[in-house]
Formats: sequence, C-alpha cells, structure tokens
Amino acid sequence: MHEYSIVMALIEQCEALAKQHQAIAVERVDIKVGILSGVEPSLLAQAFNTFKLDGICAKASLDMHIQPLVLQCNHCNTRSEQMHRVVLCPDCNSADTRVVDGEDMMLMQLEMDT
Amino acid sequence: MCQDCGCSITHDHHDHSLKTNPQLNDKKTLSVIHKILSKNDLEAQHNRNHFNQHQVTAFNIMSSPGSGKTTLLEHLCQYSNLRYAVIEGDLETSRDADRLIAKGILAYQIQTGSACHLDAFMVHGALHHIKLDELDICFVENVGNLVCPASYDVGTHKNIVLLSVPEGDDKIEKYPVMFRKADVVVITKTDLLPYFDFNLEHAKAELYKLNPHVDLIELSVKDAATFNPLVNWLATAHDNNLTANIQEA
Ligand SMILES: Nc1nc2c(ncn2[C@@H]2O[C@H](COP(=O)(O)OP(=O)(O)OP(=O)(O)O)[C@@H](O)[C@H]2O)c(=O)[nH]1
Ligand SMILES: [Mg+2]
Ligand SMILES: [Zn+2]
Ligand SMILES: [Zn+2]
Repeated sequence: MHEYSIVMALIEQCEALAKQHQAIAVERVDIKVGILSGVEPSLLAQAFNTFKLDGICAKASLDMHIQPLVLQCNHCNTRSEQMHRVVLCPDCNSADTRVVDGEDMMLMQLEMDT
Repeated sequence: MCQDCGCSITHDHHDHSLKTNPQLNDKKTLSVIHKILSKNDLEAQHNRNHFNQHQVTAFNIMSSPGSGKTTLLEHLCQYSNLRYAVIEGDLETSRDADRLIAKGILAYQIQTGSACHLDAFMVHGALHHIKLDELDICFVENVGNLVCPASYDVGTHKNIVLLSVPEGDDKIEKYPVMFRKADVVVITKTDLLPYFDFNLEHAKAELYKLNPHVDLIELSVKDAATFNPLVNWLATAHDNNLTANIQEA
C-alpha cells in the first residue's frame, strides 16, 4: 500500500503551495496518473480521502487524469497513445520507441480559496 | 542540505504561475506540473552523488518475497572480485542481514520505515553507516514485493529484478511496472525448471513487449557456472558507471 505514502507526499506538496500563496483552503487537486506509474487509482483516491481530513486539503476533491502511454517511434516516426502496457510501436511493431508519457505521477493543478 | 553529512545539493526551481480563474473571483487556479515524489527523487539523486563520490556503483535488488535475493548475495562473493556491501531492507527482522554477516559480507540493516517498500530517505540513513571507500559496488535488498518498490527511486544506479521459477512466468504481465523498471531480469532457481511449468520463451516474449532492451540472465545457486553471466553483467555495469562518472566530472 505505497499509495498511502504517495498521498502523504502529495498532500505535503499541496500544503506547501497553499501556504506559499496564502490560501485558506485547497478546493481541488488535479493529478495525472500514468498507466505505468505503478499506482492503483482507486487506492490513491481512498488514501487521499482519508489523509486530507486534518489539513488545508480537508474539503478538496481529487481529480485524477489517467494518462495512457504515449510512445514516440524512432523507426516510423509515429507518435501513438495506448492503454495497453506495451511499449512496442503499434504501427510498425518496432521496439525502438521512447515513452514520452504514462510513467509518472504528477501534481498538475491546484484550485485554491485565497 | 544533508543533516547527516552536511553536503548540499542544488534544488531545481519550478515556475509556478498563479492564474486567476476568470469565472470565479475568489478562487485561484495554480498550474504546477510537479512530480508527486519529487522530494524522494531529490534525495535519491543525493544518494547517487554519495555513491559517485566514492566510485561505488549501486544496485537495487527487487523481487517477490522468497525469490532468492539474500541467497544470491550470500553466494556472489565466491564468484565476483568486486568488493560489496548490502543495505538490507528486510524491515521486520534482522535475519537477512545476519545471514550475510555470517558469510563475512558487510551488511547494514535499515531500522525504520513502513514495511512495503524502501525510499531514498531510508537508504540515505544507512549510507552513513557504510564505509563506501572500501567498496566497488553496493546492493540495496528491497522489501520482498513486486508492486510498491517499483515506484521509488532509492538512489541506486541500476535495478536488478528477480523472478524465481516457482512463481510462474505470468508475473511479468501481472507486475508490468516492476519489470519495466528492470535493467536486468534474473530468472532464479533454474534448477527447478524440470519441476515447474515455467516457460522461459513466454517470459522473454512478455518482457520484450514491456522492456525490449533489458538483459535477461538465468541463475541457480546449485550451479556455480550460472553465476558467470551475472558476475560479468555487474562488472560491465560498474565499468560503465565509472566511465560515465569521469565524463561528468
Ligand atoms: N532450489 C533453489 N532454491 C533457491 C535458490 N535460490 C534461493 N533458493 C531458496 O529460496 C528460499 C528463499 O530465498 P531467500 O534468499 O531468502 O529469498 P529473498 O528473496 O531474500 O526473500 P525475502 O527477503 O523474504 O523477500 C530459500 O529457502 C533459498 O534456499 C536456487 O537457486 N535454487
Ligand atoms: Mg531476503
Ligand atoms: Zn513505428
Ligand atoms: Zn548525505
């Protein structure tokens, strides 16, 4: 259940940003969760709703964008998106690809009450 | 700033643009684009700097419980000339560290933390108890778990992921993030292949879809010769790391 420690890090970040911008509350937290980031979105949501309660995020909603894999093929130059956890180019089957997105967990946006 | 060693690392600064949301007067929307685990990643880089200062190459060993991480580390010293120590992440007991110490291998047990994965801060605490100057390479034996450890950079240079024959060849598809993070996958307990329906070709095919350029090594502690590929892989990884280090300096 590393989702709990990930949420702790997320809430810590939100609190620091809220403080930095003199906010009284955080109303919405937008995050991006890659399909190959290694977290389970439902567990993350559950952890967020548990841990947010005693801080500035207490009333915040968590908006999760599930990010598919974005592959850039070095062989046929195609950029493709896919929900399968496969890094081969879906167009030409080449293994010479670069994963451009879909492996990270990012805090994207905060809506604050200031 | 490192409290244990006083060394400082540069923090990268992010631009936060505060935009007033036109629809709502008293609400503000802040665009951030910030890695959620950035604090851990920063500490991980700090750990790598420590290793680099001492020309030590570090390896994060991950697998399910019981795949043979400690056993591999117990036996490796008979075959490899590289001097190594082990940072032991078995958080519940000191069994694994004791096993290694009994074989004359330097091992340090991480004492604190939650039980499902190691993070860069835990590894940093251990670093200051290990004489890096006397080492060529250093292993971090992570908590036996194919899920949680995959999300945390602990500040090593390479990831070694073990998959033992009794676990089955379907584990690669079931735990894609872990196998995607691997720099080498070691299929362990290959002496048991005759007794299990483990299809090596199927494992290779699944690995190719997720991590096409990863190295794959087969190992059995019952067969000394099978240590050669792993010993060579470690030596090459160490050489490459030293070269990269010199070029960066
Ligand atoms: N037959 C056979 N058994 C092995 C081999 N390697 C390890 N084992 C056995 O597998 C069992 C578990 O090995 P460990 O080295 O303790 O596994 P581990 O990955 O360190 O386990 P945790 O630290 O609990 O996650 C032990 O009984 C070992 O003797 C092998 O190559 N062949
Ligand atoms: Mg062990
Ligand atoms: Zn292509
Ligand atoms: Zn330090």
